[in-house]
Amino acid sequence: MTFYQLIFYAFSTVAVFSGLMVVASNNPVRGALFLVLTFFAMSGVWLLLQAEFLALILVLVYVGAVMTLFLFVVMMLRVNVVGMFEGFVRYFPLALFVIMVIAGISIMVIGPARFGLLSMPAPGIKPDDFSNIKEIGMVLYTDYAYPFEISAVMLLTAIIAAISLSHRKTKK
Amino acid sequence: MVSLSEFLMLAALLFGIGMAGIIINRKNIIMLLMSIELMLLAVNTNFIAFSYFQNNTVGQVFVFFILTVAAAEAAIGLAILVVLFRRSHTIEVEKLDTLKG
Repeated sequence: MTFYQLIFYAFSTVAVFSGLMVVASNNPVRGALFLVLTFFAMSGVWLLLQAEFLALILVLVYVGAVMTLFLFVVMMLRVNVVGMFEGFVRYFPLALFVIMVIAGISIMVIGPARFGLLSMPAPGIKPDDFSNIKEIGMVLYTDYAYPFEISAVMLLTAIIAAISLSHRKTKK
Repeated sequence: MVSLSEFLMLAALLFGIGMAGIIINRKNIIMLLMSIELMLLAVNTNFIAFSYFQNNTVGQVFVFFILTVAAAEAAIGLAILVVLFRRSHTIEVEKLDTLKG
């Protein structure tokens, strides 16, 4: 087992375990914190795939902004934790069945026969001055400049929508 | 080296966990949103794995857009959730049946 494999299996074990804890935790705050752990572990996996820019964006934007928003909302709403676990036992067999079907079918399809190292060899080592950010920028600002602008407009729309939805109107 | 199929299996496992979370949690919309984030993470991992093994940067650009849309979705979803809680004082999925036809 090489060092690369060791890191991969460590990160993926942490990711799957904390993903299970997100789903199974009856306290939303704990669920959000385990989701943060999942994001950290998956950003490690993305670093192994040499997507440095996206791994850092995942930590900065998701852990730094989106999960903070989640935690704020969770703590703002007074959710009673007591009766939170009722549906768990009832729907657990169905959930297990769905997990088995989805994971089973996909593992059948994406097994080593089709996507193993023989049919999909790992790419060679990149040169020393290779820059992931430069590569993404070259594609993003040329071929995908128009979708980039659209996503900027969409973010503006999201800001306006979120503010206008949650802005409390004062009654006179 | 780790093969592509192992990365894809990790993503499939995470996707299945997220989907099971949507089925299990009938009490809390926030947990539903978190399960959706988990599924989006799995999909993004698929994109990045293929982009690495095929030496193609476009997959990473796609993940960039997905992250943008997911951030907007989370912001608007949580804003709707706050308005909903203010109006009906609950976020349990099974009690939100005012639209029952």
